[in-house]
Amino acid sequence: MVQFTLPKNSRIRTGKTWPKPEGATNVRKFKIYRWNPDDGENPRVDTYFLDMDKCGPMILDALIKIKNEIDPTLTFRRSCREGICGSCAMNIDGRNTLACIFGLDEVKGDVTIYPLPHMPVIKDLIPDLTHFYAQHASIMPWLETKTNRPAKEWKQSIEDRKKLDGLYECVMCASCSTSCPSYWWNGDRYLGPAALLHAYRWIIDSRDEATGERLDELEDPFKLYRCHTIMNCAQTCPKGLNPALAIAEIKKMMVDRAY
Amino acid sequence: MAFLTDRKRATGWGSAKKGTEHFWSMKVTSVALLVLIPLFMFNFGSILGADYDTVLAHYSRPYPAILAALTLIVGFKHFNLGFQVLIEDYVHGAWEKILIIGMTCLSYGAAAVGVFALAKLAL
Repeated sequence: MVQFTLPKNSRIRTGKTWPKPEGATNVRKFKIYRWNPDDGENPRVDTYFLDMDKCGPMILDALIKIKNEIDPTLTFRRSCREGICGSCAMNIDGRNTLACIFGLDEVKGDVTIYPLPHMPVIKDLIPDLTHFYAQHASIMPWLETKTNRPAKEWKQSIEDRKKLDGLYECVMCASCSTSCPSYWWNGDRYLGPAALLHAYRWIIDSRDEATGERLDELEDPFKLYRCHTIMNCAQTCPKGLNPALAIAEIKKMMVDRAY
Repeated sequence: MAFLTDRKRATGWGSAKKGTEHFWSMKVTSVALLVLIPLFMFNFGSILGADYDTVLAHYSRPYPAILAALTLIVGFKHFNLGFQVLIEDYVHGAWEKILIIGMTCLSYGAAAVGVFALAKLAL
């Protein structure tokens, strides 16, 4: 049965309020989710204040500034700082997005930062994406062929290559899947928008020879049909992709194949 | 706690190789209801509040009776399909099966009661 309330040890408490920077005139408040698996305490929300005149323009700049100058225990993933690695996905101001390409000016008032929703938390803003990655692996995200390998290359027309636009750009940040209520309730079995977008990317690849097998593997009330076109995935995707459309295309292919 | 690999957890028992028929049936019944519901509303609305003899005479004619019967049958079929999805979303294990059986009995039962009442009026 679906759980609508948090267990006692997951209820979020008010945490520490760190001092304001001295002499700063342009101060902004950050409320950040904190949880340490080692101290046995409940999660809490710590409050930090930053001098915006000495901070970079992005949310990730603020997080790095907090870690460097205020609280070195604040833990988060980051790498490329330009929206291509997908590491710094988190829930900012109620929206799942990448901290490195989400501007501080896009948030009105206090900045609230939580980890991606409904995922097990490893520490602070770091979710456990093990299952998410395993689901991605399960859709066989590679070219499957049966014909003997050509001497030079698998050819693809310009038109067929264009079909992959809007799909190949996915950086697997998990913003979409963790914004999806169906994935929250049934993430153990429902593949979620990210894995399904990748599945579609290989289904429509003109060079791939496992289209039927791929559709067979997806035809399942839970793996595919838990998508109820809620569209949170398309709304939240920091890369501007539309996983809901990819899922709808898979469903259309399923119907075309059966009827 | 079970020592399963991440891949085994993700793959589970594999694909059930079904779901498309359910999905397509929901679309078909949706489109049918898109036509049936407005027609039924206008037809039913025209005799709303009328006396018993007028209603009896109205449903003795084929068009209102067939329209009402189709709306009931397709409507409850759609309800059955949709409610099953709702149960699958939120309830798992034995209760899921029990509720699906109960809800299916309820939907077909309600449709049967409606059609029987209609037949009594029409015939």
